[in-house]
Amino acid sequence: MAPDPALPSHRMLRLAAIGTLAGAFSGLFGVGGGTIIVPLLIFWFGYGERLATGTSLAAIVLIGLLGALAQGGLYGNVHLGTALWLSIPAVFGVIAGTAIQQRIPQRAVSLLFAALLVAIAIELVLR
Amino acid sequence: MNELLAILIALAGGLAGGLVGVGGGVLFVPALTIFLGLTQVEGESTSLLMIVIVALVGTIRQRGYGNVRLPDAAVIGLLSPLGVLVGVVVANEVSERVLELSFAALALFIAFGLVRRALSAPT
Repeated sequence: MAPDPALPSHRMLRLAAIGTLAGAFSGLFGVGGGTIIVPLLIFWFGYGERLATGTSLAAIVLIGLLGALAQGGLYGNVHLGTALWLSIPAVFGVIAGTAIQQRIPQRAVSLLFAALLVAIAIELVLR
Repeated sequence: MNELLAILIALAGGLAGGLVGVGGGVLFVPALTIFLGLTQVEGESTSLLMIVIVALVGTIRQRGYGNVRLPDAAVIGLLSPLGVLVGVVVANEVSERVLELSFAALALFIAFGLVRRALSAPT
């Protein structure tokens, strides 16, 4: 790990807390862990928005893989063909999204994230 | 027509994932259930696979830009199953409605914090 003089045990505890919370919220609400991971990396570690979102995506790969494994291959509920063809536009989207993100101010990413959280809150209340 | 809408929503989900670092499942699940006729369980399972694909491509791109701390991501990702267990316990103790409203309040609180920070920080 990169040298980090500031309280490595606290650092590890906080990372562990983020992982646990991300798993708990995705299990409870079906919202991805990113909703929790990004703001906590910003608030607790002072990550810039780009670093927080990049690290969040990497964590989501693991969370998704572990989730799929835990559900035992998802009980045959995955429509593989649908997942693959619908991933094509989604992958174009994520490539465009990351490219755009490099060109806008980091604070704009925070504001977009806040808008997403408000939308999620409204959806949860109306559910 | 439905396929076209699903494609547009998937594109938007990927775009949101790249912009703000979430998986995009919030949009993939409705695209799959409303427009492609999958059941909720099928939609969530299929969305999970899409999230892995999208997040993987997003991670590779962000790594190219120098925006990924892999050790931190590994700790967060590997401990998430512990959180799923915690979630199951909590879900059995607290009513679903209370949980939804609590999380809505938490989301608004976090949104407020992000906005306040974004408007004051000199980045």
